[in-house]
Amino acid sequence: MTDIGIVGYGCYIPRLRIRVEEIARIWGADGKNIKNSLGVEEKSVPDIDEDTVTIAVEASKNALKRARINPRNIEAVFIGSESHPYVVNPSGTIVAEAIGVSNNLFCADLEFACKAGTAGMQICYAMVKAGMIKYGLAIGSDTAQGRPGDALEYTAAAGGAAFIIGNNPLAIIEDTLSFATDTPDFFRREGEPYPKHAGRFTGEPAYFRHVVTATTNFLKKTGLKQDDFDYIVFHMPNGKFPLKAAKKLGFPPEKIKQSLVVKKIGNTYSGSSLLGLSNVLDVAKPNERILLTSYGSGAGSDCFSFLVTDAIEERRCSAPRTREYIENKEYVDYGLYVKLKGKLKL
Amino acid sequence: MPNKSSIPLSWRLNKSIYRLVGNKCKRCGTFFFPSRDICPKCRRKGDIEEVVFSGEGEVYSYTMINVAPKGFEQQTPYLIGIIKLKEGPLITGQIVRPNNNIEIGKKVYAVFRKLTEDSKSGIIKYGFKFKIKD
Ligand SMILES: [Zn+2]
Repeated sequence: MTDIGIVGYGCYIPRLRIRVEEIARIWGADGKNIKNSLGVEEKSVPDIDEDTVTIAVEASKNALKRARINPRNIEAVFIGSESHPYVVNPSGTIVAEAIGVSNNLFCADLEFACKAGTAGMQICYAMVKAGMIKYGLAIGSDTAQGRPGDALEYTAAAGGAAFIIGNNPLAIIEDTLSFATDTPDFFRREGEPYPKHAGRFTGEPAYFRHVVTATTNFLKKTGLKQDDFDYIVFHMPNGKFPLKAAKKLGFPPEKIKQSLVVKKIGNTYSGSSLLGLSNVLDVAKPNERILLTSYGSGAGSDCFSFLVTDAIEERRCSAPRTREYIENKEYVDYGLYVKLKGKLKL
Repeated sequence: MPNKSSIPLSWRLNKSIYRLVGNKCKRCGTFFFPSRDICPKCRRKGDIEEVVFSGEGEVYSYTMINVAPKGFEQQTPYLIGIIKLKEGPLITGQIVRPNNNIEIGKKVYAVFRKLTEDSKSGIIKYGFKFKIKD
């Protein structure tokens, strides 16, 4: 059997940033304290003409540059997001048309809070493995919303990453496993502009239980050990949770460091763990192994192991690295932030 | 682009404004954007084929819009430019933020953005804009 995995990857992060302290200033909160307790310094802000679809298109264009394939050979597109611009009318067909994939297309928008992008990756992997498609495109992209004044406002950010799955990969998908239970720690009803969250309940019974169980079950299933991995990537709702999860699972903190993009861009929801993976692929060497566990409220986790191949070296230079998007930035104040988020009525 | 333009009209233009698809006369080598059915130079002898433009070009001219037409009010101030594409044609498009590093002759590349929306409940129009190369 031939190896199936990531043939090309690409990311996109909007250029604008707002500092945690600037948000805290508006609400009379202690910015330094919030910054330290969240482990987040600033977050990305979509420009007035950027949304989940435009982020997905730019990330996919970068993935195509690395994959070096004809987009016509992509036969499936799955976008995971909790901020699809339409409730009815798929984001996937717009992205597909914008990058010129085949019209003989398996396409659906996915939702599972912050883990819908990794769910898309699993579907593409299975379809390639089954021989149904040659290449599939899986994207996690979000422009996350937080109610003004709510704790989420400090971290809810924008960004995304795209992965083309097929044969001749730059990173082989060795195996994948998921764990899910009915745990409503974070939700948004139809027609509501902002999600609600269950405060501290989002920690132990939600994030930690699912990330730790999925990862533990995965290690048991594959027989892989903590030492077999060079890098680990977890979903990043803030800067603290992934480090704590790594500790609970017996991984040393240096293995997660490269993936922690949250400090400078915030929580990009469906983009979060995938942007972490993109930042790891930017530096990983052939034969290194990466563990990724996503988390989506409601709640579930998808766990993967990737084995980097020789193809990484030449392909990764074909598109901008994650770090370039993180470092290329322009700050906005709260007033402009409110305007860009479309909260002003004219 | 006119506000509230019909959905069928913008749908027909999707391919060209999403991906900068135009065409080229194979006989004389002239590129066209938007697409043309007939090459004005070669007329009946022309041989037209579809082309996806690279999206690369340079600023030919620009202006800052402070008073916007309907559908663009939330975006002011913003830049509109005439871009000379690498392949030849001149096309009009918005130039995305930042607004302060613009100059005639600067290199640009095409990006995919939201152009306008009919209303909060209406259709969203997407397409190309240009970004100054860093
Ligand atoms: Zn001609």
